[in-house]
Amino acid sequence: MADKPTRDGFGEGLLELGKTHPNVVALSGDLEDSARAIWFKKQYPDRFFSVGIAEQDMIGTAAGLALAGKIPFACSFSQFVTGKGLEQMRLAVCYQKLNVKIVGSHGGLSVGADGATAEALEELTVLRSLPNMTVVAPCDALEAKRAAIASADYPGPVYLRLGRSPVPVITKETDLFQIGRANVLRGGARPGDGIGRAGDDITIVACGVMVHHALLAAEALAKDDIQARVINLHTVKPIDRQTLIAAAKETGAIVTAEEHTVVGGLGGAVAEVLVQAHPVPMRFVGVEDRFGTSGDPADLLKAFHLMPQDLVKATKDVLRLKQSWAASAQR
Amino acid sequence: MTPSHAPDVRALRALAVQLRQTILRTIANAGSGHPGGSLSMVELLIGLYWHALRHDPKRPDWPDRDLFLLSKGHGCPALYTVLAERGYFPKEELMTLRKYPTRLQGHPERQCVPGVEIAAGSLGQGLSMANGIAMADRLDKRARRIYCLMGDGEIQEGQVWEAAMTAHHHQLDAVCAIVDANQLQQNGPVKDIKDIEPLAEKWRAFGWHTIEIDGHSIEQVITAYDDARTVKGKPQVIIARTVKGKGVSFMELNPAWHGIAPKPEELQKALAELSAVTV
Repeated sequence: MADKPTRDGFGEGLLELGKTHPNVVALSGDLEDSARAIWFKKQYPDRFFSVGIAEQDMIGTAAGLALAGKIPFACSFSQFVTGKGLEQMRLAVCYQKLNVKIVGSHGGLSVGADGATAEALEELTVLRSLPNMTVVAPCDALEAKRAAIASADYPGPVYLRLGRSPVPVITKETDLFQIGRANVLRGGARPGDGIGRAGDDITIVACGVMVHHALLAAEALAKDDIQARVINLHTVKPIDRQTLIAAAKETGAIVTAEEHTVVGGLGGAVAEVLVQAHPVPMRFVGVEDRFGTSGDPADLLKAFHLMPQDLVKATKDVLRLKQSWAASAQR
Repeated sequence: MTPSHAPDVRALRALAVQLRQTILRTIANAGSGHPGGSLSMVELLIGLYWHALRHDPKRPDWPDRDLFLLSKGHGCPALYTVLAERGYFPKEELMTLRKYPTRLQGHPERQCVPGVEIAAGSLGQGLSMANGIAMADRLDKRARRIYCLMGDGEIQEGQVWEAAMTAHHHQLDAVCAIVDANQLQQNGPVKDIKDIEPLAEKWRAFGWHTIEIDGHSIEQVITAYDDARTVKGKPQVIIARTVKGKGVSFMELNPAWHGIAPKPEELQKALAELSAVTV
């Protein structure tokens, strides 16, 4: 299958929801074309509400629609909807436990040429700190479609983080997708996943575009006889503790990978679990506490050290640490 | 349960006095709270809960009820008092205001007690929610009125004007905003902190049907709600000119009484002043 942006997958999912869920409505702050909600708008014009360039009002209006029994999808760029609408998400959506779905397209560096102001690199950290919020960052267009559909039946607030740039489709229709349940894509063993292999050396935990990079890194590592388990942690919150703790116990070392700041994002969320449940050496691969910049998304991923080779390097670093921990434990 | 008979204005005026006394007792008992902005909105709530709202205290989740959204959440002692008076929950519970564990927080939680429709306390958010409800109701062909009460200081929040444009653009005539223009905000007169006048012209320019009244006149309040209901194709705003701290001489138009509770002797003085009012 050709590469495809996750926002396209979302757009398809929303369109399908239009058919299956009469209570689904959508709103946008003049970015429905970018967020692919325009496909829904064309098919269901009465169920689409344009609020203009007004993200705070959009979130509040979505809360009102939810108060009256609708399932609103409020769509904009990740940065604008989560940055400007934070107070509204906190009070009107999360505190009131409303069934509002926040959709942020253009998450991470994939905005590319538009540059730093539109590149959301902090929103996973901020949103996962809100009580009652669920945070999902799908890894490909198919998963984004399934996440959109699943979120409509998942009670309460959900944030969907989407990307602008085409990415390979690495999941299959036959894969299990469930909000809150991580998928082990390579190596590992989890009852029901149908994949079982002992002897993994390390686990790479990733979300979004970094899942594909994690798989590529795992292939490269295999050539050096290092077996990497790869976990697609599409749901950053609520976090799948069971799968993460099992990975820490079984592989003894973790690398996290996100197209997002390393300050409190996916890596932070994984560390919060493991440092208390089963501490192992860790490395965070992500954006190092800085803003983005303009450029081709592929060039930016290289410049910000988010490529498979960066994961390979982090893996080898953390494996050395694992060995030194093991050595000191024996002394 | 909209009463079909003409309202007994004199009885409602007496009710206003009684509610003000309860509000002050409640805040004094809590030891903190916002008396000024609670006292200014009493007649506006009476006009709703004893006249304009289609509601049933025994069925707070009745799907076809009209909705009242309190956006200026700090005025919740007035709302709690009115809801208790109408029988939504026991009056004794008012004495738990702000005391752990209570359902009556210092700013309301959604459905904390029957009749409280939304959370509030971070200003400027109610009108957007009112719009969303009206949009959903239009899709569902449900005829409800949605009232949203804001403070005059509150409308300095930009979200209010985003929402004002949304309601106009989508012709949400089920939405009726009420501005409790009590002239003061926390640190002084609204005109000194950041002037919002000319209020009526502003709302008119945003495409709203605008009604300006004395917000302490029961007759004018009731007439305004009745008139607003007849407007088609446009949201309506009632600009209620009020007095912050209304009914208590030492609280009226004194910014110091925005967010403090009366001490026992101040409470007694305030209650006595209110009792002396001739309705």
